[in-house]
Amino acid sequence: MRLVLAFLAVIGFAGGAAADGTGPVVPAATGDPHPEGSDYWRIHHMDMLKHDRDLTMRDGVRDLSPDDLAINASIGECFDCHAVKDEAGDYVTFADDRHFCRVCHDYAAVTVDCFSCHRSTPSNESAVAYRTMAGPEDPSSIEAYLSRVAQEMNE
Amino acid sequence: MTNRAEMTRRDILKSGAAASTVTLAPGVTLMAFGGTAEASSRADAGKRWGLLIDASKCDANCTDCVTACKVENGWGADAEHGHVSADQSPEWIRKVTLKDKSTGREVSAPVMCQHCEEPPCVDVCPTGASMKREDGIVLVDKHICIGCRYCMMACPFKARSFVHEPITDQNVQSPRGKGTVESCNLCAPRIDSGRIPACVEACENAGHSAILFGDLKDPESPISKALKEYDSVALRADLELNPGVRYTNL
Amino acid sequence: MAMEQTIYRELKATPGVWQLAALLVAFLAAAGGAWFYMEHHGHVVTGMNNQIVWGLPHVFAIFLIVAASGALNIASIGSVFGQTAYKPMGRFSSLLAITLLVGGLAIVVLDLGRADRLIVAMTTYNFTSIFAWNVLLYNGFIAVVAVYLVMQMMRRLDYKWVKAAGFVAFLWRLALTTGTGSIFGWLVARPGYDAAIMAPMFIIMSFSFGLAIFILVTLTLFKLNDRPFGDQLLIRLGRLLGIFAAAVLYFAIVFHLTNLYATEHGGYERFILLNGGIYTVLFWGVQVVLGGLIPIALVFLNPSRSSTILASILVVIGGFAQVYVIVIGGQAYPLDIFPGYEVIEGFHEGVVNPYTPSIWELMLGLGGVALALFAAGLGAKVLRVLPTNLSDANVAAKG
Repeated sequence: MRLVLAFLAVIGFAGGAAADGTGPVVPAATGDPHPEGSDYWRIHHMDMLKHDRDLTMRDGVRDLSPDDLAINASIGECFDCHAVKDEAGDYVTFADDRHFCRVCHDYAAVTVDCFSCHRSTPSNESAVAYRTMAGPEDPSSIEAYLSRVAQEMNE
Repeated sequence: MTNRAEMTRRDILKSGAAASTVTLAPGVTLMAFGGTAEASSRADAGKRWGLLIDASKCDANCTDCVTACKVENGWGADAEHGHVSADQSPEWIRKVTLKDKSTGREVSAPVMCQHCEEPPCVDVCPTGASMKREDGIVLVDKHICIGCRYCMMACPFKARSFVHEPITDQNVQSPRGKGTVESCNLCAPRIDSGRIPACVEACENAGHSAILFGDLKDPESPISKALKEYDSVALRADLELNPGVRYTNL
Repeated sequence: MAMEQTIYRELKATPGVWQLAALLVAFLAAAGGAWFYMEHHGHVVTGMNNQIVWGLPHVFAIFLIVAASGALNIASIGSVFGQTAYKPMGRFSSLLAITLLVGGLAIVVLDLGRADRLIVAMTTYNFTSIFAWNVLLYNGFIAVVAVYLVMQMMRRLDYKWVKAAGFVAFLWRLALTTGTGSIFGWLVARPGYDAAIMAPMFIIMSFSFGLAIFILVTLTLFKLNDRPFGDQLLIRLGRLLGIFAAAVLYFAIVFHLTNLYATEHGGYERFILLNGGIYTVLFWGVQVVLGGLIPIALVFLNPSRSSTILASILVVIGGFAQVYVIVIGGQAYPLDIFPGYEVIEGFHEGVVNPYTPSIWELMLGLGGVALALFAAGLGAKVLRVLPTNLSDANVAAKG
């Protein structure tokens, strides 16, 4: 399957077939391009998603440390940039065939299993907050909580 | 800017954690996340998160913890919309009111996944989807859950639910979908970003502070001190599962 | 005049065979439709819920899986225990064992929340789970019995090899049923399960259910092709069935008596034995009387061809009820999470969990039965597994 995708990536995208309507027209993204290059992502996105998924899910690594070495390991962040809107201006979900992921996957006839559980549109607000480590000034931080509890226990 | 490709590849090749530098391109070298960054955000084996629920502080008429959990994790709407029956709707946390059979005293408390040290749900899961993190949180890896529900058969607390119908518009922090099993994960995404679980926050905001959250392995943490000082019980203590959720004044 | 050798021939395609095949295919199609419907909508369309997490499909599946290992007994008695009269039935017994297991597993797999992830179950193992072991035991059983079947069919093979394969298959089927019983026996949380006796009880159940199904299926196929099946042989099988049915009753008695002695299990016993509604009726009426006492009385007090057939049918019905009481009854009885307390508010806390199976679950379950029977029939149609003549004269000549 990976070979097929790689093949398609070469034929379909690099060959410029999209322009003449024989390949998928990838929706334009916002934000900075991936440093690895789009070709790399087209071929390896599943490896990277799987890698991050086990890292976050099983090991609890979210990489929220403020230094710029952090991997922002969340599939939710994909849709910060790769979101498609419909005529009414609402973001389309994976149920819509204009969805970023579906454009290529429908073309290549490769099933996507992510969105039976994951949100397929830009993040809800509370989740955006969790991308940064809570500081002691945040009342919902563990630190602030523990100091409140300690205070209460002393009284 | 971080190069995820390099990091992912390095980690896949199992050379990642030890390496200190990584070559991005000829002549460009980048300090890789070796010890510090990774350690700071990984589920910490030196901790064990737990809850101590004080039934005497819990108001029988208050369901704020349940509501907060629903909002945080996006469950419960299906039942309210009448899509599924009450029997089939998920229940990550529920309120129970109990009456002591001999004395007649009534108490109220929330019940959720008890985050056992020896979780039966993890033992019985055929694929390893039902798992316990290094920091003691028990949760379901829905990526490899096949929906056999054997964990639900094994759980002594009825803490787990099976998703009976398709779901859309999930919260990013709480992916959940048809055909997999789910349960309280102690708000792992919140804990990983240094935040307290939603139910704990809601209970405090409601003015009850009946749920005490903390690290059971740290003898100086408020929860450890309270457990040492007051009498507390584990549900189904006869099974010796050593749950991370404890009850006092029950 | 007496035949020297047993002659095995493929089933002839009589109109009766075609009609039966068409009926089974209809059931298979219905099950396929039911599965598609359940898969599309989710388990919301079934009667299963968060309290009764395993429903009617699992009852069918466990019944078939238990019966599968029991169906192999005929072959084992022949080649491992050297009972010559059973040898001609060994091939079909092995084939039926495989197909019953496949039918049962098909139900389990199609009922999974994520049946599409079956590959995960086959590749990712958690070895502390008896379920994971069962995946290996089930797959291994099919392989071992297939080898055993092929060896039985190799005329020139030295019989010691058949005997060896039969012995391995026999040991494997014991392990398999132990694994199936332990799915329940090792669930410490639920008062209706948590019992070491589950494993041996499931083994003895398999002897009984498997033999009953074997008798019924073999007789049906013989009748469809007008092949003779001797009265004496059938009565002999019936007697064996009576012994097995009695053993099942014995284990059920020991299981419940032990539970009754432990005060903590008293509630569960009262539920099953006295006031459990449908479960009490199924236990006493169907499992004990209809599926136990009556068949035992039939085969011992009035040994005859019709007695054996009727006893087999009753054992199947009683066995199904028994599995239903174990699987569903064990979940319907509430978990006692707060001993010493009465739950005055809370959801399904301390009350019996209701369960009404949906038509889809029934169709899926019957589809598994149809699959097992269809595959067995198809196997008999293309392979030389069924002897042409099991008349008493013929069996005696060789015996």
